[in-house]
Amino acid sequence: MDASADPVLSIRDLSIDFVTPRGPVRALRRVDLDVPRGGIVGVVGESGSGKTTLILAAMRLLPGNAEVRGGAVLFDGDDVLRMDAKRLRGLRGRRMAMVFQDPMTSLNPVLSVGTQMVDIQYRDRDRGRPAKRRRAADMLRRVGIPDPEQRLDNYPHEFSGGMRQRIAIAMALLDNPDLLIADEPTTALDVTMEAQIIHLLRELRRDFRGSILFVSHNLGLVAELCDFVVVLYAGEVVERGTVRDIFHRPRHPYTEALLVCDPARLDTVRRELPTIPGDVPDLVHPAPGCIFADRCAKAFDRCRVEAPTLTAIGDGHAASCHLVGP
Amino acid sequence: MSALLEVENLRVRFRTAGPVRARLAGIADPFLDAVLDVSFRVRAGTTFGLVGESGSGKSTLGRAILGLVPVHSGTIRFDGATPVGTSDAAFAGFRRHIALMFQDPVASLSPRLTVKSLITEPFVIHGLGERDRDAEARRLLDMVNLPASFAGRYPHELSGGQARRIGVARALALTPKLIIADEPTAGLDVSVQGEILNLMARLQRELGLTYLVITHNLAVVRHISDEMAIMYMGRFVEHGPTAAIFARPAHPYTHGLFAAQPRPDPDRRREQVELQGEVPSLAHRPSGCEFHTRCPWAQARCRDETPRPRDVAPGHALRCHFPLPAPSPYPSATVREREGPAASAAGG
Repeated sequence: MDASADPVLSIRDLSIDFVTPRGPVRALRRVDLDVPRGGIVGVVGESGSGKTTLILAAMRLLPGNAEVRGGAVLFDGDDVLRMDAKRLRGLRGRRMAMVFQDPMTSLNPVLSVGTQMVDIQYRDRDRGRPAKRRRAADMLRRVGIPDPEQRLDNYPHEFSGGMRQRIAIAMALLDNPDLLIADEPTTALDVTMEAQIIHLLRELRRDFRGSILFVSHNLGLVAELCDFVVVLYAGEVVERGTVRDIFHRPRHPYTEALLVCDPARLDTVRRELPTIPGDVPDLVHPAPGCIFADRCAKAFDRCRVEAPTLTAIGDGHAASCHLVGP
Repeated sequence: MSALLEVENLRVRFRTAGPVRARLAGIADPFLDAVLDVSFRVRAGTTFGLVGESGSGKSTLGRAILGLVPVHSGTIRFDGATPVGTSDAAFAGFRRHIALMFQDPVASLSPRLTVKSLITEPFVIHGLGERDRDAEARRLLDMVNLPASFAGRYPHELSGGQARRIGVARALALTPKLIIADEPTAGLDVSVQGEILNLMARLQRELGLTYLVITHNLAVVRHISDEMAIMYMGRFVEHGPTAAIFARPAHPYTHGLFAAQPRPDPDRRREQVELQGEVPSLAHRPSGCEFHTRCPWAQARCRDETPRPRDVAPGHALRCHFPLPAPSPYPSATVREREGPAASAAGG
């Protein structure tokens, strides 16, 4: 990805299965991903591509039927998947924090926002309650909530969806984490609120100098916000590069098709919209060869028998396709 | 072409407090207007796009046309002169000609019924149970490009796109004239979204259907609709031919909505957010022009005087004292296709 040698998060060769009655679902296969310090990395993919599994693994929040078959999630060089519970507690919420998709369910409905924001500062024994409240109010002001001192006494249902997502972001940033993981943070919001949240995330990166791992299926938002992009398809990284590599010079046929399908990118009005024919493959019995071969307009014989590997195209730009490289 | 659906001065209000509570609490006006002074017509065989943010009243308007929420005042005419929403008996006959595609495809399908039961249920409801339901199911599945074997499946065995197709098939069951589609592509991946919209376009060509599409997705409205309206706090703030509105949005809210669209081009990121804040509560409607609290161009007159609808071009109407002469900020108009290294280096 980037030449910067010291990424804050480094996912190496990660493979994860889900155990199901039908057999193991190969949800992630040999995924590599780096989040450089101060950088914003976007993970793009459609439903079932493994985006959510990837970030749950990064936070070690995987459900019970998930099985890590190989690889590591290195946060500052330490493997999150293998550290003891005490060290994990020191990491989560403090050095890496998460903003979830749905701001309606990520806040506790029976506690006031102030109580929740004071409670999550439980590690800080030197500061009293009033000081923690002031800190919470400062953070709410920072994310654009007017009259924060008064609003701390309100309950989540008294805020709009956009305001609740701002509160969730404020809570995630309370300990000034090195890495913020945002899972489709604007999906539940209207477009004018979405624009404000994206603008806020950009400002916060500048002010707090943290890194962001941004997961989305919305290509427009990724283009607006991210420095680097990783494209996931059916559990594999098919392409990665800088945001300009991906949007201006995509090399993997899936990335190209995904960009073509976005109606927001069509210059001329047309009734017949482009699509990607076919369905996502069955991940219980993945076919040999390239995972995208079935739906790929450019597939040839080799694609159906031999799986391509991620091949470097330029500085940090790589694609997993037989048409790329030698 | 004649108008299939005509709506005039429609108003839908909801009660916010019961009569006793309103009296005790001293609430003079215990109502809020979800739809206010809405007039438009949809020509047969065309697609009308209804755009707005959550709470703008777009779904309520769709439901009022279907008779699912009571109309306070105004008229809805369907296919000629007969008013919709008068008596239940007169209305039942019309319901056959108007179908609804629900917002959440999976939740709108009963999990215990097979696809066959789901798509042929309208025949039973409308007393047409004597028809051959197997043959009808095959016919409907064929229309939405699904194999006949799907008739025996249950909703949990369907993907999101397939569930949408079943929703389309069910809407088509009684060969309606008008289909009201509430967020037909919400929650779908972009590759599947195109399939559903293409299917809807093909059915429109083949069956002469008329669509009223309710959505917040501007990119979709731009491609599929002939005319569109933008709703804000229950009113049509701008309304006219889709191409004209995208070329030259004249209402500041439309302008702000277009500017808020994410731009799928990393070299053209927005530096500023044009529309700040959020939609005010319907219970506390701002005076004058409802948009003046968020409008970057608001002046004193906007606070005091409610703008009347007026035409800026034939068929292109808006409610604004000071229409914008600005060019369209809609991002797609500026997107360049794949470009050479020189252009992207300049952007970096």
